[in-house]
Amino acid sequence: MLLVLEQCLNGLQFGLLLFLLAAGLTLIFGIMDMVNLAHGSLYMIGAYLAATFVAWTGDFLIGAVIALGATLLVGMLLEVVAIRPLYGRDHLDHVLGTFGLVLFFNELARLVWGPAGLRVPLPDWLNTAVPLLPGLAYPTYRIAIIVTALAVALLLYILVMRTRLGMLIRAGASNREMAGALGVNIKLLYTVVFGLGAALAGLAGLMQAPILTVQIGMGENVLILAFVVIIIGGIGSIRGAFLAAIMVGLIDTIGRAFLPDLLKLVMTSRGAATVAPALSSMMIYLVMAVVLVVRPQGLFPVAGK
Amino acid sequence: MLRQVAACAAILGVFAAMPAPAQQKSVKIGFVSTFSGPTAVIGNDMRNSFELALDHIGRRMGGLPVEVIYENDEQRPDVGRQKTEKLIQSDRVNFVVGYIWSNVLLASLKPVVDSQTFLISANAGPSQIAGELCSPFFFSTSWQNDQTPQAMGEYMNQRGVKTVYLIGPNYAAGKDMLTGVRSTYKGKIIGEDLTQWPGQLDFSTELSKVRAAKPDAVFVFYPGAAGVQFLNQYAQSGLRGQIPLYTAFTIDSLSLPLQKDLALGVPGTQHWVNDLPNEANKKFVADFRARHKAYPSFYGAQAYDAANLVNSAVVAVKGNLDNKDGMRNEMRKANYASVRGPYRYGNNHFPIQNFYLQDVVKDAEGNLTLKTVTTIVKDSQDQFHKVCPMKW
Repeated sequence: MLLVLEQCLNGLQFGLLLFLLAAGLTLIFGIMDMVNLAHGSLYMIGAYLAATFVAWTGDFLIGAVIALGATLLVGMLLEVVAIRPLYGRDHLDHVLGTFGLVLFFNELARLVWGPAGLRVPLPDWLNTAVPLLPGLAYPTYRIAIIVTALAVALLLYILVMRTRLGMLIRAGASNREMAGALGVNIKLLYTVVFGLGAALAGLAGLMQAPILTVQIGMGENVLILAFVVIIIGGIGSIRGAFLAAIMVGLIDTIGRAFLPDLLKLVMTSRGAATVAPALSSMMIYLVMAVVLVVRPQGLFPVAGK
Repeated sequence: MLRQVAACAAILGVFAAMPAPAQQKSVKIGFVSTFSGPTAVIGNDMRNSFELALDHIGRRMGGLPVEVIYENDEQRPDVGRQKTEKLIQSDRVNFVVGYIWSNVLLASLKPVVDSQTFLISANAGPSQIAGELCSPFFFSTSWQNDQTPQAMGEYMNQRGVKTVYLIGPNYAAGKDMLTGVRSTYKGKIIGEDLTQWPGQLDFSTELSKVRAAKPDAVFVFYPGAAGVQFLNQYAQSGLRGQIPLYTAFTIDSLSLPLQKDLALGVPGTQHWVNDLPNEANKKFVADFRARHKAYPSFYGAQAYDAANLVNSAVVAVKGNLDNKDGMRNEMRKANYASVRGPYRYGNNHFPIQNFYLQDVVKDAEGNLTLKTVTTIVKDSQDQFHKVCPMKW
């Protein structure tokens, strides 16, 4: 029972991380109608910047905050320089252009930081496990990720639903031309939204950095999952991204945790050990396929679109 | 009709214009490894060591200059096979060397041995090639995958480990590694996980299962960057210090600079360690360190040996690269100064060699490095050689 609870926490943590990535992706896709494959690169840049600033300042938190700000700036700069010329073109051009950016950022990381990858050491107070219940110790750092990501989700909700900027974002999402005609500075709005998305991706990357090593191409695998999340959740919907991300995180983790034992009931343990990882990595894609067939607009689409 | 004749004439003309196969003027070696992505550090280390070996022999073999073509397999079986076919068909190399990953090697083996070209694996040692797929054109300068974890299984017996949990990646080598431990370890295996490879880098699910299973020890096989991630997460989960870790190919001189203190006290087994006291090894390690300011890894040591094995074959036939039987007979003797010390070849062309226990220590300058502790198994031969029909 404790194991189930612990695996749920693992799934929640993974899901929240996916949410940070998917939230930016869905904002950019929903509001700017922009397919951004380079979102994974911003995740990678966030992690690399965190590794650099943590090493410079010698303090994990300070380094992380500087890296977050720097990723925001990188995102806004990227929008102005490279993304802006792609507006008004079709999605294939977006894919081509941003795929070029993926290659560019990978090569940039290789030139600046070298091919070997970096490790972000955690401070001692985060590098342990704390007892949550008798018999259930959980890594402190993963709890910190859960808390941070929930706080960011709440802030994002307040930002989008309760502030003027959020109102503009929502207006831009539901009808761009109308919002522009009413005098909203769409250009600036786009830059801000893109920067916000970049910062969210960077936050996901820098929080993952101490768990995984920081390495070239680290954003590409996780970007695919983020796309799955926004397809399941409904494109453009932050609420959808949140719920779908947690769903994907839980399905993936629970599948990996318990599928081998379930399969052992029907086949040999060697066979189960081989089949289970393959099957569990397929499960979220199966869910996505079912969603696409049954509810192509996603489970929680934006109203009025 | 006229048009068809004209077409035939044109095709014949192309054939006539092609130069006749020239007298062999150089030894052409294709080197397939991973030179991009997170495991490019391994490929670079192999290339650096291979180049060092060529410099040590004066970049000539049997009087012929050596030409090396490096190809990047991107750690993908399909790409590896494609690059290998290119080396065979358009570059017409005399030897294909390299291969870090067992799944890449398995995909690439057939085009090489079918064309009667020698393939020297400088790392991967899948059980299939040691057994039913063994070939007179394949040689290994590393090990068969099962051997290193077999030695670790022996060591866990010596340490009195009663129960163990096995974790490794779900691909050809990962399965071989866990089979290897299972074949020698006498205690009880109370859990086993194969994780998605190379995509999965977060092991929280598996570590939670380990914590619930409460084994005496955990055995892992995670080569390259995944080994760094695993040790990181092992410490973060609070399991480090509670459940001892035993490893194969998880801690090496490429991952150590990132693993740092987390690797201290974590034993591994290996057929080669940088402090093995033979002359060839001393020269290799000293020159490598002088040139690259870092310790070579076992991957590099195997690539260095591969260059010398090829050299021994070409020298024996005095540069007559068409004498393939002569080259094979020479390579079967392993008649060169291997950095692991002398070894023999089994009937399947895999080495019969010693395996050592290695430990992480600080060197004179305070850098972490690996040190030989003791010999675990003497003259180990893989268990698949009996399945290989080749006899000599």
